[in-house]
Amino acid sequence: MLEINYYLILSALLFSIGVLGVLVRRNAIIIFMSIELMLNAINISLVSFSSYLGEISGQIFVFMVLTVAAAEAAVGLAIIISLYRNKSTVNIDEINILKW
Amino acid sequence: MPEWLIELLITFAKIAVVHGVLLTAVAYTVYLERRVSAFIQNRIGPNRVGPEGLLQPLADVIKLLMKEDIVPERANRFVHALAPGISIIVALSTIAVVPFGDTIELFGRQIKLQIADVNVGILYIFALLSLGVYGITLSGWASNSKYSLLGGLRSSAQMISYELSMGLSVIGVIIISGTLQLDEIVYAQYGWKWNIILQPVGFIIFLVASFAETNRLPFDLPEAEQELVGGYHTEYSSMKFALFFLAEYAAIIVSSAVIATLYLGGWQFPYLQDFGLPQIVTSILQVLTFSVKVVALVFFFIWIRWTIPRFRYDQLMDLGWKVMLPIALANLLVTALVVLLLK
Amino acid sequence: MEWKLELILFVLLSVMAVFSAIMMVTRRSPINSAIFLIINFFASAGIYLLLQAQFIAVIQVLVYMGAIMVLVIFVIMLLNLQDESKLSEQFSYKKLTSLLLSVLLFCLLGFSVFFGFSGKFTSISGEAEKLGTAESLGKELVLAYSVPFEIAGLLLLAAVVGAVVLAKKSFD
Repeated sequence: MLEINYYLILSALLFSIGVLGVLVRRNAIIIFMSIELMLNAINISLVSFSSYLGEISGQIFVFMVLTVAAAEAAVGLAIIISLYRNKSTVNIDEINILKW
Repeated sequence: MPEWLIELLITFAKIAVVHGVLLTAVAYTVYLERRVSAFIQNRIGPNRVGPEGLLQPLADVIKLLMKEDIVPERANRFVHALAPGISIIVALSTIAVVPFGDTIELFGRQIKLQIADVNVGILYIFALLSLGVYGITLSGWASNSKYSLLGGLRSSAQMISYELSMGLSVIGVIIISGTLQLDEIVYAQYGWKWNIILQPVGFIIFLVASFAETNRLPFDLPEAEQELVGGYHTEYSSMKFALFFLAEYAAIIVSSAVIATLYLGGWQFPYLQDFGLPQIVTSILQVLTFSVKVVALVFFFIWIRWTIPRFRYDQLMDLGWKVMLPIALANLLVTALVVLLLK
Repeated sequence: MEWKLELILFVLLSVMAVFSAIMMVTRRSPINSAIFLIINFFASAGIYLLLQAQFIAVIQVLVYMGAIMVLVIFVIMLLNLQDESKLSEQFSYKKLTSLLLSVLLFCLLGFSVFFGFSGKFTSISGEAEKLGTAESLGKELVLAYSVPFEIAGLLLLAAVVGAVVLAKKSFD
């Protein structure tokens, strides 16, 4: 059997790549997808803790994360659509009127 | 031979047989569609190749293989080639969880007539179904053509909308049989306790949603010939087009099999197990029963296509969200209450 | 034998996941990113199966791949987003800093995982297979976690209303 470390390090790696995506990319949709990647990385570590400890609450948390991700997808994409409608761009460097 | 090797070989044999039968059935469904449509429109249909045109599918395949494979100039080549693959893989893998018979005894071994007895069978079907959207959507995007793009957009909106009522109508069945495993659901429909009798509303919703999910008339807006040329597969030719064609008909057969399993008792022939026939005869009769149900449903799919005209796009969305979804929710509520009270 | 099989599957799936994650972050065209993210989610579903959480694996495919990513691709197609070639893709100190920061983050997380957990949990619990089924998860969700469950439902309702309000052009 594999140690839990393998899964946790994979999760950490995916999370860091997600962070990199959020920091580097300027396209709002790709930033959005990077956030999904980070949530997914967290899910991997939650599920691995749940399986290794024989404790179900980890999987319940994954359930809640999935719900939040779905809600985030609906609202986030709606925001992106209305931004695009008003400014005809999804480049977040140009969406800066709240930044004074 | 070690035990696991025998198990592996049996599974491979099952996969080979089921997919062989499925692909042959797909070819002959195309033939059936052409003959039935001809019959409905008072024509003759293909009858030249072979006796009664029975070799027509073979001729069609050879024709499609010989054609030139054209990829539009500014298309995204990778995605363009990927999309038909996704469609066909999704259509063919769904059949893996459908039980087509009870356990059969061959060469002194008990063999289950189902490729994979997955614990969460229904969810597996829905997961694959939701992946099927990608084939159509990506093909629409990758072709770099306005007709394809419109077809792809329409199909993704349509399939997401109808998946909801489909899922909600199936929950009624899950509540009644208390399991997600497809063979358990079939066992629960012993005798006349078919789910179509217990869940008539759910059955109708599931049937209508299946038409929408397989992009068949009256919901074939993604490929509406009169407005969108060919919809999402406008820019496809040769074997890639053939794959889409294959996937469409495979999806019809697979959804017929799923409907038969969930609502029409699967391989159950009422009280066949109690007739006292030899086990092997019973098993063969069960497989035959299942095939008859599937063929009848496929015929029904074709019949509907050549009878009912296409919906307008806003009508389609209204039907999905304002009619089917509330009915499915009400059906779910009533089913849950009745099951709770009878318990 | 079994240990080796698990290791091989794990290596395959994690290489697939990490490779597709890197590709997702670096592709210019949003639709290619989306396709690589889908591959990543697929690999994660495989990892869940390795961890014997079959219900979560199927739900992952259903929700992430079947709903969220279809929505993302739908929006990309609807807005007809082109490649980011107009955006400046040159080397900049900002990007270098971001890269360093995320490498640092990974080192930190990896360090704490390595020293916090090595040798503590060496094998999957025997109950894991029973825990991962729809039955046990459903029971737990409805009996022990019923309030969070309801709140999650409320959250989804709010999200639906919010999405409609945001995306609709104007109410008459």
